Amino acid sequence: MTPAIVLASVFGQFSDGLDFLVHQRESVAGGVQVGGSTMWPLLGKHLEVVGLSMLFAVLVAVPLGLYLGHTRRGDFLASSISNVGRSVPAIAIVLFFSSYLGLSLVNLVFAMALLAIPPIFTNTYVGVRQVDGDVVDAARGMGLSGLQTVGKVELPLALPLVFGGIRTSVVNVIATATLGPFAGVVTLGDPIINASVYGEAGRIGTAILVAALAVTAEILFAALQRAVTPAALRPQRRGLRERLRTSPRLAQVADTPT
Amino acid sequence: MTSADTAHPEGPSANRQAATLELRHISKRYPGSDAPAITDLSLEVAAGEICVLVGPSGCGKTTAMRLVNRMIEPTSGDILVDGRSIIDRKPSELRREIGYAIQQIGLFPHQTVAENIATVPKLLGWEKRRVAARVEELMELIGLESAMAARYPAQLSGGQRQRVGVARALAGDPPLLLMDEPFGAIDPINRERLQNEFLRLQGEIRKTVVFVTHDIDEAIKMGDRIAVMRKGGVLAQYAPPAELLMAPADAFVEDFVGADRALKRLALQRVRDIDLWDVPIVRVGDSAAEARRLAAASPIQHVLLVDGERRPVSWLQPTDLTGDRVEYHEGRVTMVELDDILRDALADLLQGQVMYGVVTDHGGRVAGVLSVEIISEFLAHQASGQIDEAPTPAERLA
Amino acid sequence: MLPLAQVHIRDRTAQDPSCVAQNGFCPDWIRDHIGDYMSPLLRHVELTVVSVLAGFVIAFALALLARRRRWLIGPVTGVTGVMYTIPSLALFAILLPITGFGFVTGVIALTSYNLLVIFRNIMAGLDNVPEAAKDAATGMGMTDHQRLWQVELPLAIPEIVAGVRVATTTTVGLAALAFIAGAGGLGQQIITDIVFKSNIVTASVLCILLAAALDLLILGAQRAALPWRRAAG
Repeated sequence: MTPAIVLASVFGQFSDGLDFLVHQRESVAGGVQVGGSTMWPLLGKHLEVVGLSMLFAVLVAVPLGLYLGHTRRGDFLASSISNVGRSVPAIAIVLFFSSYLGLSLVNLVFAMALLAIPPIFTNTYVGVRQVDGDVVDAARGMGLSGLQTVGKVELPLALPLVFGGIRTSVVNVIATATLGPFAGVVTLGDPIINASVYGEAGRIGTAILVAALAVTAEILFAALQRAVTPAALRPQRRGLRERLRTSPRLAQVADTPT
Repeated sequence: MTSADTAHPEGPSANRQAATLELRHISKRYPGSDAPAITDLSLEVAAGEICVLVGPSGCGKTTAMRLVNRMIEPTSGDILVDGRSIIDRKPSELRREIGYAIQQIGLFPHQTVAENIATVPKLLGWEKRRVAARVEELMELIGLESAMAARYPAQLSGGQRQRVGVARALAGDPPLLLMDEPFGAIDPINRERLQNEFLRLQGEIRKTVVFVTHDIDEAIKMGDRIAVMRKGGVLAQYAPPAELLMAPADAFVEDFVGADRALKRLALQRVRDIDLWDVPIVRVGDSAAEARRLAAASPIQHVLLVDGERRPVSWLQPTDLTGDRVEYHEGRVTMVELDDILRDALADLLQGQVMYGVVTDHGGRVAGVLSVEIISEFLAHQASGQIDEAPTPAERLA
Repeated sequence: MLPLAQVHIRDRTAQDPSCVAQNGFCPDWIRDHIGDYMSPLLRHVELTVVSVLAGFVIAFALALLARRRRWLIGPVTGVTGVMYTIPSLALFAILLPITGFGFVTGVIALTSYNLLVIFRNIMAGLDNVPEAAKDAATGMGMTDHQRLWQVELPLAIPEIVAGVRVATTTTVGLAALAFIAGAGGLGQQIITDIVFKSNIVTASVLCILLAAALDLLILGAQRAALPWRRAAG
């Protein structure tokens, strides 16, 4: 085959994949309609799983990170949790939970929350720890209670990093949710995993959709992260070098693609 | 250097002829900046001399130095080393022939002391054996034990690092040496020692040196000639230290040199250059009666107890000399060295809160006594107007 | 491929048939069948090592380019950042029409995830080399090339290695999904029987052990290669 033909074939498969997203068609084995508007329930389920597991993860990781950061305990936990977390295959956790607890949405959400907690926890912890000790001291000196110190000083100053962690986890969870079918939950992962039903076009089209979803979330949450950064802490237009060095993404060496 | 007397000034690989240096109408203007960094700077440095560039921060002294090895390119003008323009030289090759030492030293943390010192010889493509011999020679020259050769910079003290930095700059036996505040990051006591060591070293190796400092005292101590620079890289005065102190060219130089320039002249003389007092010395076991007689005859009313090597041990007054024989006494003696400049020696006396300091030679043996009186007489004599033709810093040590 | 559990029913002969029949966690079964995991483990190692090496070579080349042309840092970080964001399952699938089913597709996808981390760490390592050491190197007459290889890169090694370590452990985890691209590995072993706990646990634990082993290996090599860091304490 000449390169031109290969290119044409690749292009054909991609455009067929995009067509799958727009127009409903019959499944490979026949009898069932796939693609087009039938993708909406899959997208809905996907977002539901992402939303629930993120909610759960934030509710656990942020208070824990704030508490340990405020009391200045947990350096070891913060570093080891992200190191171990990286090498555990997401599919192993998803399958492990469903094999013990059965196939259900709750189990999937629980497994994915476990994967989402480490980056949020680590970033929150680091965010609180990096608050200038003098500032905390001054707050205490002015008579703020422990809880007030957290709420009025430490949390606002740590917020950019907290959102950095959330941003990392959202992208991770959008990716991991594609493993839903292994736990019996039909997410956008289904057409990718079960190409024998949806066809090659379904696999490629959905893969493009999921990629777009992840990139959109990344951009959206990057903007959100900027928005929660107090104006005084917001970087002026600086050189690329400095931005590279101080960008919150740099603090996320712990983030894991999935 | 502590072991300079054992070094080989004419070692196997050392002592290329020093070079002359000439800056001709050098100007430097950075793009986007209105004020020039260097304005029409011309100066000549004779072979084997130390030229100190001194001035307030932002006067362009470091820029001027960095022009010489083309770390910075001039906007106009020419620089000649040994009469040859450097503008058509390949920068990296030019730099290998010019020693380079900076305040932050810039030792390579991942290389041992020996590897650091060997940098330029390796760049010059010397064969292994010659490099090893040169490293060993330099270690000795700067007074570091050979066991230190395998250490890493992180394992050295600040002073040791500075010595290694100087050794590294000298390793390729460059005829010209650039030093940018080489002792700036060292505490005052060690700085004084390193300055003395370097001057003693210079007495042997006779390099042409461009030395940058912001400290006028250091400039006066180190320089054969001093270039005082002011903002915009303008040369205010270029003269030997004595002339700078006696006849500042204008108000700026006068102000920069300071109101205490009479005192600063103490930096131009060494203890060995002035007449010291003799000191009566006794040893353990000498006749006590004789010692009492010596003390009474001395203007100091004391005798100095020394050990077998003529090294001072303690001052003794007549009340210490009661028995038949002189006995051992524990004591505290303020000592200065023959090679110290008078300013530093006076500081030592004042710090020790004593009127007299025992002067020792290189081996720590007693050479005489220096008193605050001697120094004040010297100052009074100088103030009467004669300028002695001051010897060069290295000559004063030779 | 639907339903997956029917793809392949494993040989379940073992001393305690009831445990196996209930898809439980059966140490005896694992002991008898651990040999079946060696070939997928080896493939997993291949996937990881080849991807990290390829990622390193590409990121290194990009870093050398960006070192002199600083404007490249933004675009390189942006593009590799997008690659990093794309879910691996999706990327494996997207690559299929282009590079086909197999090892190569797996390696390409895994490599693309390493670029950002390694590139960022090489740049940070080079940027953190003390200015004084760089100035001294140039001042003593090193050419740009000599300065890079004799001074800057050796001093950047700790940060570069840190990046490679993150990339390696991450890749071990991600390679468990490479089966989608037909690249094999321990993930392939997991999905041959996704209800059998012994199978899932064995394959997952091998993944984690592999990551830990590779991490220690790199760390040990770095310790041995950098005596000056130990000297610095």
